Amino acid sequence: MATAPKPQTETKSAEKEVLLRVEGITKIYDGTVKAVDDISLNVMKGEIFGLLGGSGCGKSTLLRMMAGFERPTKGKIYLAGQDITNLPAYQRPINMMFQSYALFPHLTVWENIAFGLKRDHMSKDQIESRVEAMLKLAQLTKYAQRKPHQLSGGQQQRVALARSLAKSPQLLLLDEPLGALDKKLRETTQLELVNIIEEVGVTCVLVTHDQEEAMTMASRIAVMSEGYFQQIGAPDEIYETPNSRSVADFIGNVNMFEGVVTVDEPDHVVVKCDECTHYVGHGITGNLGMAVGVALRPEKITLTKTKPKGEYNWCEGEVVEIVYFGDHTTYHLKTKTGRVIKAQEINNTRDLSCGLTWGDHAYMHWGDLAMIVLTH
Amino acid sequence: MNKITQFSQGLFQGNKLVIGIPYGWFILLVAIPLMIVMKISLSEMESTSISSMISWTNGLPTLKLNFANYQFIFSDSLYVKTFYSSLKYALITTLICLAIGYPFVYFMARAPKHIQPTLLMLIMLPFWTSFLLRIYAWKTLLVSNGVINNVLLSLHVIKEPLAMMNNSFSLTIGMVYSYLPFMILPLYANLSKLDLRYLEAAADLGTSPFKAFWLITVPLSKAGIIAGSMLVFIPAVGEYVIPELLGGPDTLMIGRVLWDEFFSNNDWPMAAAVAVVMIALILVPMAILNRAEASLEEGKS
Repeated sequence: MATAPKPQTETKSAEKEVLLRVEGITKIYDGTVKAVDDISLNVMKGEIFGLLGGSGCGKSTLLRMMAGFERPTKGKIYLAGQDITNLPAYQRPINMMFQSYALFPHLTVWENIAFGLKRDHMSKDQIESRVEAMLKLAQLTKYAQRKPHQLSGGQQQRVALARSLAKSPQLLLLDEPLGALDKKLRETTQLELVNIIEEVGVTCVLVTHDQEEAMTMASRIAVMSEGYFQQIGAPDEIYETPNSRSVADFIGNVNMFEGVVTVDEPDHVVVKCDECTHYVGHGITGNLGMAVGVALRPEKITLTKTKPKGEYNWCEGEVVEIVYFGDHTTYHLKTKTGRVIKAQEINNTRDLSCGLTWGDHAYMHWGDLAMIVLTH
Repeated sequence: MNKITQFSQGLFQGNKLVIGIPYGWFILLVAIPLMIVMKISLSEMESTSISSMISWTNGLPTLKLNFANYQFIFSDSLYVKTFYSSLKYALITTLICLAIGYPFVYFMARAPKHIQPTLLMLIMLPFWTSFLLRIYAWKTLLVSNGVINNVLLSLHVIKEPLAMMNNSFSLTIGMVYSYLPFMILPLYANLSKLDLRYLEAAADLGTSPFKAFWLITVPLSKAGIIAGSMLVFIPAVGEYVIPELLGGPDTLMIGRVLWDEFFSNNDWPMAAAVAVVMIALILVPMAILNRAEASLEEGKS
């Protein structure tokens, strides 16, 4: 396993107060299907915690157990030290922003936001001022008397947020909060959402299948698969130092090389692969002759037409595909062994920067700290 | 002309035809007969043809209308009482159907998906037997030497047979029994589509299940409640067979009066006038309800 510097966030979060504690929680459906498998987790006060995973990985089930819509088969949930495992949803000081919002269609925006407040037996004046404050926060004052179906997707999303924040919950659950929006709107809304959440200072658990959404919004991310956590860490940790091949593969694009450790020194190792030889500029917790995976992200590869110097960290290939994204271009290069390696170039000039075209012969090279050595 | 426009034009004509058929049907078999009935109600007993209503004076056509039938309906307490009792029993039937049907549908819509078609089938099952037969069967259950009384007597629960037949009790039972499926079907269509996430959202915002039912489920199923109530109330007002078979002397309903006017008294103008008043009695509340609904929607938006 790569010995990256110990992540900062863990030591930092240890000083913070734990708001939500999940202990060994398991959910089994129909006696056999394990949706969530013995998960333990601490969510710190004030953080945005992301649950990231593909569909059917158990992230929504975990969220629904936090909200109180599902009872865990085993395990406990504590909120601010209090056991809430068996507390029904309507008694929990937790609010949720639902996937595709679940706004009450027969009520106006105002009534939707006031809905939860009215259940708390607040005075009319208090409710009014709270709703007004929420409307202002979500920039919805103009739309207070509209019905949900008269609003755009982005506006509905803000109503859903305002409704879930109105009761000042201790914990806010976000279930795919931006899933129903189109790509362009998603980017602006993401920041808006984070700004509002930070302004209110509420602790959040965010469920998403979209890694970009998790990366931009969450301060810590748990990558989930088949009911358990594969890795928990800050977004950059998860991206730059994944702890397994599957996490490396799930988050972003990656070129995976399989090889054998031929040099194992405390300050560097050499991994011999079919296509190339990697010189890794740090030690690993493995031994000589060990089979390892080397993960290399496409954006860390530089393309040239001239052969790089030295024997390490380069590879040659033929351009078989060019995928143009506007801001960057991904080149697919076929090596001698027949496998395709992706390399990403930023288009920092208006003519395609490295001037490569289909069928060209090119060299890929990268630095000695660009790759991650994986043993799992 | 290219093929696409030709095709879409052909489709458009097809549309017209498809829309036209039911409209033609409606005009031919509802609108025209209704106008004839209205016309008959405004004529004298001996002269019910249209030509007799129009006379020519000084070369100008003069329409002669006879409102005496309507005046009579509103001055005779028999008619007023019958209309009142028709509306009363129709309303009672509707309310009882709603009270029985709603919880039934609520749990039916939440039953496991694979048994829902069976449950729905069971609702339809009575339709496989003749309506008359089923109403008649109630008679054998409810009469003083009927099944229910005999069982209760032999069990010594009662000393004398209960008077359950030919009164408002038997009438109400018969009406509720017959019209319950008409309440259940539209309600089911509505409630089975209710998005359960709304209830989760309500619970999440601190609403107990009981309150969520009144605040979310009931308002969102309003369309189903209205549709079901209309389907029960409207035919119930004009019901003839059930009061005839299960009703008694003090449960006179308008269908019975209509029958008597047409076939016993042979007074077609009077019968037509009764029919027109009945339609008006149903249409007016319906129109008011529609209006209220529409303005409610508008006011909210």
